[in-house]
Amino acid sequence: MRRLPVAAAALAGVLCIAAASDPAERLKDPAQEARARAIFRDVRCLVCQNESIDDSEAELAHDLRQLVREQVAAGKSDAQIKAFLTDRYGEFVLLTPKFSLTNLALWGGPFLVVVLGAGLLAGRLRNRLPDEDLSPEEAERVRRLSQTDGA
Amino acid sequence: MIAELGAFCLVLALAFAIAQTGLSAAGRIRRSTVLAAAGEGAAVASFAGVAIAFGCLIHAFVTSDFSVANVAANSHTEKPLLYKVAGAWGSHEGSILLWCLALTGYGAAAAALGRGLPQGLKAVMVATQGVLGSVFLAYTVFASNPLTRLAAPPVEGRSLNPLLQDPALAIHPPFLYSGYVGMSVVFSLAVAALIEGRVDAAWARWVRPWALAAWSLLTIGIMLGSFWAYYELGWGGWWFWDPVENASFMPWLVATALLHSAIVTEKRGALAGWSLFLALGAFTFSMLGAFLVRSGVLTSVHAFAVDPKRGILLLIILGLTAGSGFALFAWRAPQLAKGGIFAPISRESALVLNNILLAAATTAVFLGTLFPLIREAITHEAISVGPGFFNIAFVPMMAVLAIVLPAGPLLAWKRGDLAGVAQRLWIAAGVALLAGIGAYALASPRHALGALGLAVGAWLIAGAAAELVERTRAFRAPLAESLRRLVGLPRGAWGMTLAHLGLGVFVLGACFEIGWRGEAAETLPVGGSINVGGYHVVLDRVGQVQGPNFDADQAILSVTKDGRPICTGRPERRVYAVGGQTTSEVAICYRGLSHLYLVLGERRESAAGQAWLVRGYWNPWATLIFAGPILMALGGVISLSDRRLRLGVSARRRLAEQPA
Repeated sequence: MRRLPVAAAALAGVLCIAAASDPAERLKDPAQEARARAIFRDVRCLVCQNESIDDSEAELAHDLRQLVREQVAAGKSDAQIKAFLTDRYGEFVLLTPKFSLTNLALWGGPFLVVVLGAGLLAGRLRNRLPDEDLSPEEAERVRRLSQTDGA
Repeated sequence: MIAELGAFCLVLALAFAIAQTGLSAAGRIRRSTVLAAAGEGAAVASFAGVAIAFGCLIHAFVTSDFSVANVAANSHTEKPLLYKVAGAWGSHEGSILLWCLALTGYGAAAAALGRGLPQGLKAVMVATQGVLGSVFLAYTVFASNPLTRLAAPPVEGRSLNPLLQDPALAIHPPFLYSGYVGMSVVFSLAVAALIEGRVDAAWARWVRPWALAAWSLLTIGIMLGSFWAYYELGWGGWWFWDPVENASFMPWLVATALLHSAIVTEKRGALAGWSLFLALGAFTFSMLGAFLVRSGVLTSVHAFAVDPKRGILLLIILGLTAGSGFALFAWRAPQLAKGGIFAPISRESALVLNNILLAAATTAVFLGTLFPLIREAITHEAISVGPGFFNIAFVPMMAVLAIVLPAGPLLAWKRGDLAGVAQRLWIAAGVALLAGIGAYALASPRHALGALGLAVGAWLIAGAAAELVERTRAFRAPLAESLRRLVGLPRGAWGMTLAHLGLGVFVLGACFEIGWRGEAAETLPVGGSINVGGYHVVLDRVGQVQGPNFDADQAILSVTKDGRPICTGRPERRVYAVGGQTTSEVAICYRGLSHLYLVLGERRESAAGQAWLVRGYWNPWATLIFAGPILMALGGVISLSDRRLRLGVSARRRLAEQPA
């Protein structure tokens, strides 16, 4: 059990500083660099503990950044670059999952809860109408009770 | 000797917890006040046992008794005293003991303070609390005992992870755990209500103080964790949608929903079943959080003290306790009476909408955290869920919630008047609109979403003010009357307004920070400089400093604006002798509400000689991000001090109210 926390801590210790802003790696064109940074934030550092390659100082993150920067400089679109990355590393590499059938529960779940909740609320509101008025027996009871009170 | 005393008291506490369960249950079945009172006594005794055990563990840490395995693995003689004490809950075993301390503490408090509760309900609640205590204490004693001795004690300990050696993180777990475990009382009250078959306004009133206390503590705990991540991890970020963060966020969302639905149950007798469901859910998510963080099933930037093997045991505990709670719910809840009726435009509807959105937001966080595990188990394909998902699935829910929020407190129960509410809120709407347009036009670079966020934040703050104006009839009644009303406002009203205000403050800060943060990084030789957020940062020199258990490179960065000196930042890069880890200590220059955040990176040899990587972040209004949750928690505490909710007051008042 002891190896895990030590490994995690060692990783965390190494990976402490947002790495992508390193001037040594930067692209010359600021617009291209900004685009590359935006892509970095959505690409996972595969060997890290849940970090984007924008944050990670790991070797692999460095390589991935270089790869993305090269492609940006070569004029590839964001979609092309992401497709290239997923072909190579699988969907795991993207931090935003695709809108696909397998991810339906993930993307649809929260909105399903809204629809369900709204449906239940609407049902409850509709059911309220009939019993808003007192039934004749109830009205009679109210009348009798208020009479007793008055007496 | 002291460790043995602690271990003995821990076993004793387990025995008392079992006795608590048995005696209270017997007290309920035989309707015996003597047995029930004995159960309550056992609850207090169980807490005393765990408290002594915890004291013994802290003693072992403070005296650096390395014959105790846990101390040897997590402490070091050179560590500062605060972190020796904090080391007691820095490990898996220690943190579970802290959990037990909070659990039995709440059990004892519920037994001692709940005098106004009906005897049957209270006995079942104490018994349920006893079951929870027994289960977790058994786990501690048999699978995770922090007081186990080593046959061959080492001369020196292995020290605590340096990232955890930080004041905010030292006090983060006690707050977080008091929040998590506070939900256990809510859980026990829900189980008791289901068994007794009665959920009414009184039940909602009993649940409220416990939920409020736990929620406030959890709010502070999450805020401290976020603040720690902000200045300790050195990324300039404060929320990463990391599984460990999500684990603490889910019970918070559920507890927030419960606080709101319990109001409807209390005032109007409606939503009883739903409130019960949330009461069970809050503690279930707390246990889920502990399981996720402690078992290591999720990879996370801050997963400390994980242990997959014992994770299974925690999962079994979670499944059994939550499972039986919800099974009971499925069996008994349909028999609960339906509550009062209400119109589509009413405070009830507003609160239901609040609950729908919070439930959907919780679902988003839950799926975002656990769906990758589920999908990997089914399709053997791993996916990642990061901020991109939460920006689409979580943020819109919260945005709608924030837009509807100011109207809620102004609506009347049963049937509200939308035109009247609009009349009371048009000034707030104007303020929000101005803030949004102003931010869009004036702040550069232009950022439409950021401006929208600022408008929402301003709307919440102005809405809270409008609510106060409405309650005091300010500007409509004479000033004296308004002041009299202001003083006479119930604490609960103040608490609510403050909490809503806190949310607005948080939204304002978060949107400003995300929308307009600046970043700069350069490899600087001594005398080199960077510009960030309108500030000029010069690297004056880099020196060596020695801490109690680390050596550090410390940069002296002088910050100027338009030639005027502003401040000196001293970020460090620390190397800990034990373990050889490197951590970065950021320097934050506070400018009003904004932060100039400076980080010293690695040293590089260049043609011109030595140079250092220096990063600067300009985080505008970042203080509000942490001030917001503090206001919310303060609102919770003030609300808690309301006479109506004060613990134990109901008995006296009920006596007073009873007809002669």
